[in-house]
Amino acid sequence: MRQRPWLFLLPTLILMSISAFIPLMAVINYSLHTIFAGSAPEFVGLQNYADVMSDAQFRGALIRQLTFSLMALLIEIPLGVAIALCLPRKGSGVGLSLVLLGVPLLIPYNVVGIVWRLFTQSDIGVIPRILSLVGYDYNVSLNATDAFFTILLVDVWHWTPLVVLLAYAGLQAIPQTFYQAAEVDGASTWKTFRYVTLPKLRPVLTLGLLIRFMDSFKVYSEPLLLTGGGPGNATTFMSLFVARKAEAYELGYAGASSIIYLYVVIVMSYILFQFINRSSEERHR
Amino acid sequence: MARIELKSLAHRYDSSRKGKSGFSIEDLNIAWEDGTANALLGPSGCGKTTLLNIISGLITPTSGSVLFDDAIVNDRPTRDRHIAQVFQFPVVYDTMTVFDNLAFPLRNQKNGEIEIESRVAEIMELLELTPLAKTKAGHLNPAEKQIVSLGRGIVRKDTVAVLLDEPLTVIDPILKLDLRRKLRQVQQELKLTMIYVTHDQHEALTFADHVTIVRDGSIVQSATPEELFLRPKTPFVGYFIGSPGMNTLRCESTIDGFKIVGSSLAIANRAGNLSGVLDLGIRPEFVVTSPEEMPGWNRLKIRAIEHAGAYQVLTLESGALEIKARVGDDTATSEGDFVWVDFPSDKTNLYVDGELAIL
Repeated sequence: MRQRPWLFLLPTLILMSISAFIPLMAVINYSLHTIFAGSAPEFVGLQNYADVMSDAQFRGALIRQLTFSLMALLIEIPLGVAIALCLPRKGSGVGLSLVLLGVPLLIPYNVVGIVWRLFTQSDIGVIPRILSLVGYDYNVSLNATDAFFTILLVDVWHWTPLVVLLAYAGLQAIPQTFYQAAEVDGASTWKTFRYVTLPKLRPVLTLGLLIRFMDSFKVYSEPLLLTGGGPGNATTFMSLFVARKAEAYELGYAGASSIIYLYVVIVMSYILFQFINRSSEERHR
Repeated sequence: MARIELKSLAHRYDSSRKGKSGFSIEDLNIAWEDGTANALLGPSGCGKTTLLNIISGLITPTSGSVLFDDAIVNDRPTRDRHIAQVFQFPVVYDTMTVFDNLAFPLRNQKNGEIEIESRVAEIMELLELTPLAKTKAGHLNPAEKQIVSLGRGIVRKDTVAVLLDEPLTVIDPILKLDLRRKLRQVQQELKLTMIYVTHDQHEALTFADHVTIVRDGSIVQSATPEELFLRPKTPFVGYFIGSPGMNTLRCESTIDGFKIVGSSLAIANRAGNLSGVLDLGIRPEFVVTSPEEMPGWNRLKIRAIEHAGAYQVLTLESGALEIKARVGDDTATSEGDFVWVDFPSDKTNLYVDGELAIL
């Protein structure tokens, strides 16, 4: 009965086709057509892809997105590890610290956007107020740099705790004897971190890196609620760009850019995944 | 290398924990001579690891002093004590090569690279690690990792002592013997002061010249393996060392000798001036049995026989009394038979109030 294995796979296959395969096919189908409301879709082949690739706005959004994700990772991973290192290892402080750290993770995305919008509002916000004390004229709706870094700040605030929790769990799993051995060997604090802590944290950090990369690449609600993608296109990241096109009912164009977007995420994640595989292989060989 | 001494040492982790008095180590005095192989033997949780960590400075004792070559080192931090420590679970720097692992302590001491290279090469040669020099330490098997961590300890010329904390726990049985032999060989070649902690009597007795038995944070006996076997200082040592452990029989003095409590067995008095209640200890190896009646011997029933290849262990009983005897495999016996038993006087130890009575 060679069919039987397939029978067992059927529920999964059905679920997957509903959740991923069919929508994906639909998007691919859109991306090959020019669609106008009221008229029949016209098949245009890869024309939409060519348009997207030559669109300066799309390229701008992609580069902005890559810059954003890279910066987010460069800040969140080291910061997360640093905070995890500062947390108490035992005692009554542990629970409290972890709960407080976890708070940003519990807040729904739209609430995060609204809260930060209030923080950054130029007339009543706390951030413009504080920065004005040091003589900086902060304005998210006028200054492109302010807007970009504000979204980055929100992302760091929102997601660094995740890295902290991962790193903290990783730290707790390192046996104390490794530190005792380093002490016996006369290793400095830095060398202990470099040769004991960091190598032992590598698996969780690569996981964190992958999760944070994929998530930050999908950043949407924060720029939508805080800056609306502006000023200009300063905070129009990939998701927002695609959504704007779809809202404008350029479904073919939006479909093509979604597929390219998906492709970029897959390729980048694959590279990171290979990285994880290699590091875990190294440990188990 | 150096002589290591602990003087009236006591340590308490937490007053609410462990032991009646809250001490995990209590008023302990011991010295390990320079260049000797020593073992600390005791059941789990008796304070062996605490003792090692006190020597290496990872734990500060509550009171008492630690001396290296007669100098008190209590206030010396771990890194300045120059102790090598091999832990139960192999500790290596995974991302470094074997060479770099061994060079690590030397580099931390800011030695010159040329000097480091020759010293590491020397140690790798000794430990037979040379072919693995360029291998990442994370790729080694547990036994090789243990050797690397030993190497890291002895690579420094100023190493005072090597402490090993149950180093064979995670090693494959086949490799255990090998690794133990290598440890011993290195110890003898370099004249290292080694302190080997274990709960395995076989490991302790085969490795060390001098074995210290620890129980509940204090030393019960410190002696050569032979002495521990022949003259255990307390019934606990007698039982703990040996397989099966020593028989301990509670006796009461009678007019012409002793009567073993819980049975009708009698033993001719050979204790001279001893009287009252005492314990007689005899190793199963030294119990003499005979299938025929012998004058003055006691008759016991064989309750169980365990065959162990070259020998068999008989469990003998008489009333509530139970005695183990180790006899050759050629002795024809079967369960339920009766045998006559004697305890040769030169092989028995007498204990008064739990202490070996000197006759």
